[in-house]
Amino acid sequence: MPTNTPTAADALTDVTASDGSLRRFLHGLPGVDTVGLEARAAALGTRSIKTTAKAYAIDLAISMVDLTTLEGADTPGKVRALGAKAVHPDPTDRTTPTTAAVCVYPDMVATAKAAVAGSGVKVASVATAFPAGRAALEVKLADVRDAVAAGADEIDMVIDRGAFLAGKYLKVYDEIIAVREACGTAARLKVIFETGELSTYDNIRRASWLGMLAGADFIKTSTGKVAVNATPANTLLMLEAVRDFRAQTGVQVGVKPAGGIRTTKDAVKFLVLVNETAGEDWLDNHWFRFGASSLLNDLLMQRQKLATGRYSGPDYVTVD
Amino acid sequence: MSDKTDKTDQQQRLSVFKTYKLYVGGKFPRSESGRVYEVTDAKGKWLANAPQSSRKDARDAVVAARKAFGGWSGATAYNRGQILYRVAEMLEGRKGQFVHEVAEAEGLSKSKAADQVEATIDRWVWYAGWTDKIAQVVGGGNPVAGPYFNLSSPEPTGVVAVLAPQESSFLGLVSVLAPVITTGNTAIVIASERSPLPALSLGEVLATSDVPGGVVNVLSGRTAEIAAPLASHQDVNAIDLAGADDVLAKELEIAAADNLKRVLRPQPVDDWSAAPGTDRMTAFLETKTVWHPTGSLGASGSSY
Amino acid sequence: MASTTASAFEYAPAPESRSVVDIAPSYGLFIDGEFTEAAEGKVFKTVSPSTEEVLSEIAQAGEADVDRAVRAARKAFGKWSALPGSERAKYLFRIARIIQERSRELAVLETLDNGKPIKETRDADLPLVAAHFFYYAGWADKLDHAGFGASPRPLGVAGQVIPWNFPLLMLAWKIAPALATGNTVVLKPAETTPLSALFFADVCRQAGLPKGVVNILPGYGDAGAALVAHPDVNKVAFTGSTAVGKAIARQVAGSHKKVTLELGGKGANIVFDDAPIDQAVEGIVSGIFFNQGQVCCAGSRLLVQESIQDELLESLKRRLATLRLGDPLDKNTDIGAINSAEQLSRITSLVEQGEAEGAERWSPACELPTSGYWFAPTLFTNVTQAHTVARDEIFGPVLSVLSFRTPEEAVAKANNTPYGLSAGIWTEKGSRILAVASKLRAGVIWSNTFNKFDPTSPFGGYKESGFGREGGRHGLEAYLDVR
Repeated sequence: MPTNTPTAADALTDVTASDGSLRRFLHGLPGVDTVGLEARAAALGTRSIKTTAKAYAIDLAISMVDLTTLEGADTPGKVRALGAKAVHPDPTDRTTPTTAAVCVYPDMVATAKAAVAGSGVKVASVATAFPAGRAALEVKLADVRDAVAAGADEIDMVIDRGAFLAGKYLKVYDEIIAVREACGTAARLKVIFETGELSTYDNIRRASWLGMLAGADFIKTSTGKVAVNATPANTLLMLEAVRDFRAQTGVQVGVKPAGGIRTTKDAVKFLVLVNETAGEDWLDNHWFRFGASSLLNDLLMQRQKLATGRYSGPDYVTVD
Repeated sequence: MSDKTDKTDQQQRLSVFKTYKLYVGGKFPRSESGRVYEVTDAKGKWLANAPQSSRKDARDAVVAARKAFGGWSGATAYNRGQILYRVAEMLEGRKGQFVHEVAEAEGLSKSKAADQVEATIDRWVWYAGWTDKIAQVVGGGNPVAGPYFNLSSPEPTGVVAVLAPQESSFLGLVSVLAPVITTGNTAIVIASERSPLPALSLGEVLATSDVPGGVVNVLSGRTAEIAAPLASHQDVNAIDLAGADDVLAKELEIAAADNLKRVLRPQPVDDWSAAPGTDRMTAFLETKTVWHPTGSLGASGSSY
Repeated sequence: MASTTASAFEYAPAPESRSVVDIAPSYGLFIDGEFTEAAEGKVFKTVSPSTEEVLSEIAQAGEADVDRAVRAARKAFGKWSALPGSERAKYLFRIARIIQERSRELAVLETLDNGKPIKETRDADLPLVAAHFFYYAGWADKLDHAGFGASPRPLGVAGQVIPWNFPLLMLAWKIAPALATGNTVVLKPAETTPLSALFFADVCRQAGLPKGVVNILPGYGDAGAALVAHPDVNKVAFTGSTAVGKAIARQVAGSHKKVTLELGGKGANIVFDDAPIDQAVEGIVSGIFFNQGQVCCAGSRLLVQESIQDELLESLKRRLATLRLGDPLDKNTDIGAINSAEQLSRITSLVEQGEAEGAERWSPACELPTSGYWFAPTLFTNVTQAHTVARDEIFGPVLSVLSFRTPEEAVAKANNTPYGLSAGIWTEKGSRILAVASKLRAGVIWSNTFNKFDPTSPFGGYKESGFGREGGRHGLEAYLDVR
């Protein structure tokens, strides 16, 4: 599997030489005008995706779902059901693509792994004291190693927002580096910013570059556990960041909006953002994911509607 | 001046005549053409020779007015108010001279002339107070339907040619000149053709009142001859036709269309002492509207 | 362009339905509340610029028709101006509401007749049209408080001549304040886009507007000239080219007609090195490609700080490659058709001149439809102030890129034009926005945004971009006897 190495961004290594140089670099990134960014995201949201384009988008979206359960009440049974759903999202139509991955807590990785075995569906695990990330680095790294050892293909880490907001960018950077190392070559790393807590778009752009400099394979908006999660605007901003990062370093990084994307209409809007911002190189589940759970059933109902011409209902999709 | 002689019983002292000159760019040049014309009082008695400006004088005045525009329009409104008030102070000190000139020019009694001059000084004071208020009266915020701060502000149009009224040599002159410069424009004023002396003397007052050179330029001569090149001048932004008759006004308005000057047509004025509104100021103001996005609270603080 | 390169995510056609609009085979002049033939019986055809399909045949107004319409407006003026403001307000509110109700129909109609994308008529033109009537409706009974003295009086009959780039919106800018202040109107729409004004006549009918208050005279420049020259017109309002504006200014010289002119522009869009780059790129795109650049306030000169020029141009070119040119009725179309063959040939010839003068021309890969009037989005680089493409208003999707080194130089170049309508400033530094905005000689300045309009916001130019303001409280002055 193609994986970035932490040194891939060699062109920019000196910016991470010290806290000062990292701060100067991040604060030297172009600013973001809130109104303009949101207006652009809204404008792309008015694209009208119909017929063949819609069919393509729905299948692509299904293939990009990281089907997620991150509850205190998760049980092996729940996770097995989720895995089955990921492998056969629509049992009535075997042409339906599988989802990209299932996303679970570390202690459920082994169960998930077994549930999707042989299907190509990946197992992603949140780690690093998800969702708050408020634990000692050693604890976080142990969390990561545990998940990787259990067979996780992907690790979704959270950054230390406290450190970021306190301006300790190098601390955040070093932590991502450490997690990256803990992932080894087996697991791809998704770095979650919790954009709702970073609050400003300038911060989201800085965090995006910080994460990419540290070797993230994906940058991810949010945990789904706070009030504001993925939005078209913050995802557009992150797509601009990965586009610019590749232009500058040659390294491609994926994007994962997570939380709050519930309808096909929403998902298609995000795919339009991808198509018209980062470009079609990102229109693949290796580079773009949706962190979602209820979205999948809406995609399936819409898929059935396209196939049959009549509107489907919740009784015709599975509720696992 | 008419009092060429000062009769006393002891002896006759020969008075000193004043050579009236133009006021351009803060200096007092003669007309480059070397021409003068006779100025007489209401009864036809010779008063002085006034410069008869040429089109080249008009051109020089435009250069001076343009050069002064940046500084004058960029000065704070408070500063402009202070300077214009200083003009009133200087006028008050030279009241006697102006009463004398206005009486002769317009054939008025001393007391009628004094009324005119006092009204003129009061008008300067009135306009001096407007410099830092007009923007609040005619500008303001606009409540647009979107995340934008939107503000309209008046700005001076630029270089304004002013044809001073022919009849009211001083009050009329100031009533058309003061509103133009109050708001930050610079002016080329063509004095009353028949009665230019108060206007030329005003130049002397302006020169000693901290008004930067070029803000007001005073030309005397044949109104039609001077106005024509100003009306067609591509670096003049506006023209006040107060001192033009209907035929000249139409001609000048047509010429002014070449660069779309703002044109204030002549309007009948029965009594220059009547309270002016803001119209003569707003006629030479542009409205600039600037949009700024708001919404700086960012990702979690804005509208979703 | 996205429409021509093979992409994995190919957007299927998404045309807005034409069936919401019913265009009659012919239309008359709208005078004194009735549709009527032209006195000389002349007609002209209006075509859809994207297909050259004839949409309808329209009565062509001449001098006699202008006279008839002005008489009708004069006759209506007495009662209309004597109505309580609150009653005039209600008529305008009715109009605003009917426009909202019929907005889809009018948007499709406008797109057919003008060639602009449905996305724009649906999301910009029509909402702004309704908002404009709504805004001025509210003024009709509040004129005493507008700052123009107690009980300001209307002027009388307003003769209004509007362009083809925003047909219905320009109509709204003209008619809404005129009616709110108690004037009556004779309006001449442009000969290439008469339909929405004629549909507006039907909106007036539905609103029960008294006969003669609004008269619509489709026709050519001769009808416009006759209207401007008519001795019983008290007010002339014109939006269009600076050349015609000057002719109007000469024509009304020596009369008592009040005039407002909203003319051409060569707006500078100034991008500083600390700009929010991604938003600046969007602003540049909307500044010059909105409505195919056929916008008087377009940001047709990009002034970019030399230190970021290469980076910005790369971003801009990448962005232009995503623009979708094609069927204006397709909801995904970004760039529609040029309004007329005449305008297309003007754009073409100015662009050829730009190339001949040595400016470097660039367009994204772009296949143009075979029928209709089309021009690909175009950039000129290596442009200096001396180039024709940096001085003349092209009124098309053509951007001239110039560079500057310092804020002073940016301001000097921005102001180095006889025009003075609009400008843009892109920087994250607030004090620089304010400093530069105060030095620019332009009537509308967008900082960190571009091409935003609102009925409350005064719009109009400095210098040869015209005089008078439309919109907001300021917009009332043009229709009131205030001096």
